[in-house]
Amino acid sequence: MSTVTQKLLQLYEMAPQSTAVRLLCSQEPERVISYSRLIHGSAGYATALQNAGIKPGEVVILILQHGENLLYAFFGSILHGSIPAIMPFLTEKLSPEQYKRSLSALFEITTPAAVVTYPKFLSEVQQTIKPGRSVRVVLVSNQISPQSEINASHFESRINRSPEDIVLLQHSSGTTGLQKGVALSHTAILNQLEAYSRALNLDSSDVVVSWLPLYHDMGLIAGFLLPILSNIPLVLLSPFDWVRAPHMLLHAVTNYKGTLSWLPNFAYNFCAQKIRPRDLEGVDLSTWRAVSNCSEPMYWKSHQMFLDRFTPYGLRSSALTTCYAMAENVFAVSQGGITEPVRVDKISHRGLLVDRIATPVKTGEEMINMLSAGRPIDNTHVRILNQHHSEVGDRQLGEIAISSDCMLTGYYNRPDLSSKAFHQGWYLTGDLGYIAQGEIYVTGRKKDLIIVGGKNIYPQDLENLASEVNGVHPGRVVAFGVPNEATGTEDVVIIAEVDITDFEDSPDLDRISDEIRMRVTRGSDIALRLVKLVKRGWLIKTSSGKIARSSNRERYLTELKVG
Amino acid sequence: MTTEIMQTISTYIATQILKQPKRMLLPDDPLISNGLIDSFCLVDLSLFIEKTFNVYIDNTELNRETFDTLTQLTNLIQSRM
Repeated sequence: MSTVTQKLLQLYEMAPQSTAVRLLCSQEPERVISYSRLIHGSAGYATALQNAGIKPGEVVILILQHGENLLYAFFGSILHGSIPAIMPFLTEKLSPEQYKRSLSALFEITTPAAVVTYPKFLSEVQQTIKPGRSVRVVLVSNQISPQSEINASHFESRINRSPEDIVLLQHSSGTTGLQKGVALSHTAILNQLEAYSRALNLDSSDVVVSWLPLYHDMGLIAGFLLPILSNIPLVLLSPFDWVRAPHMLLHAVTNYKGTLSWLPNFAYNFCAQKIRPRDLEGVDLSTWRAVSNCSEPMYWKSHQMFLDRFTPYGLRSSALTTCYAMAENVFAVSQGGITEPVRVDKISHRGLLVDRIATPVKTGEEMINMLSAGRPIDNTHVRILNQHHSEVGDRQLGEIAISSDCMLTGYYNRPDLSSKAFHQGWYLTGDLGYIAQGEIYVTGRKKDLIIVGGKNIYPQDLENLASEVNGVHPGRVVAFGVPNEATGTEDVVIIAEVDITDFEDSPDLDRISDEIRMRVTRGSDIALRLVKLVKRGWLIKTSSGKIARSSNRERYLTELKVG
Repeated sequence: MTTEIMQTISTYIATQILKQPKRMLLPDDPLISNGLIDSFCLVDLSLFIEKTFNVYIDNTELNRETFDTLTQLTNLIQSRM
């Protein structure tokens, strides 16, 4: 099977009535979507794109609410041969102006030919499209209906995609993330799904339950394409419902005998701490065989918390599994906990920080419990490299580099970034870690990326937003993340230098910090709480005059952090 | 009574959610639409309200449609007492 399109059409022919997706959204009645219904719904979009003059190989941006139309628009674009890229839609928290700026940044680099959106958002999209831009058509979801007549061979002859063609783009958030679309080929997707299925021991008795958003690799690949293209039933919830009522995930697992789910680390804390006993009545988690912790640093404590809370509801400790993944490898790099319990490596805190070696802890030493991310999946090779890009030995800390048959084709329309990302055929992940007994442990990051609740946040985007506040000295702002064990994810901190001489009594200080919070919260994917204003000259700069994020983070942790 | 409820919620939001104990919230300050409270905090807020005022509030009940200000939230709580 050489393309995603062929795979999809084969499922339609072999198992038209088999359930592809059971869609649970609080706004809509439960929908059972068979492969037949999925293809007919998607064909409506494929035809609409063709009628609008969109050509195979052109990019189609999907800005749709989580629901049936998003599924059809996504697969419709693939059937048509164009390249879908799913974007988060504008939520009530985001400022429409900032959202439009991000969209513009995306349009500039990605040069999409079409946008598919929902009626309420149409005017926002139209305002973003400047004359002379690449977007020729904006399709509205309520004007597209399923196609009743389908001839599968008609699709294949029309699109004729090669396995090496790009099938979809994945972006992370913010202006920076949107300018860096990970382009993935049919081959890359199918190779990943095959290798990852083997790592998971996926079989026909599995049921995937997911609440993850589809604009994120974990949601799109593990929680969407993996089950759909493997003829494994998927129970799909809305991320917006889950965040309000996390118990819905557990009820979905109970009701549909879910076996597999993926969660970012913070979700373990969130579920363990924020579900009322009355909302757990009737919950039975005994069918869950693998709940994989993925997409942000994993804490041993989060697993313990989750286990303590849900063991009485049938959760087995063997169900707590781990995964290391990135969009550049389509998804999984490694998986732990499927055939044996996840290894916990007890290492010396000092060894890790000072000697850069993960040495097993000795009595009396301060200890870190590292959760193993498991072994590489069988199509992916992993090496740990030192600063000169030479491979280091077991337990030595270095940058994680990967090589596989499912790597990205490149960052879309960014040859500059694509070539920098590789060294002699190895993709440099920017993550730091070590290997012990063949298993991968991720300890931190080389680059300044902040990961909050599984979302990648680029500090420069937050710094730019804060710099716009009146009173902040332009360019004298730093943003970074600090781990918070209670929430299981990172807190974002912003430190800004202000042009105020009378620092003790100025009434402006509250206004400035409020405005920074507001601007960053409404202009990004995070809710900013921790803002520190400092006098001019406080921030540490590099020899070239740039603000040094990691040094300022250290200074914050030693001097300013409260509580 | 209204003032007490409002004060209790206001203190909770300032200290626990915003982490700015000195912060004063006005009764009609927009909370959700201004990005002060995000969806993750809504779950905390509903748990806090249930426990403190002994009223029944489901997680999904608290959203932009049901309240955006302290005044509206206080009215909602009083209607349940």
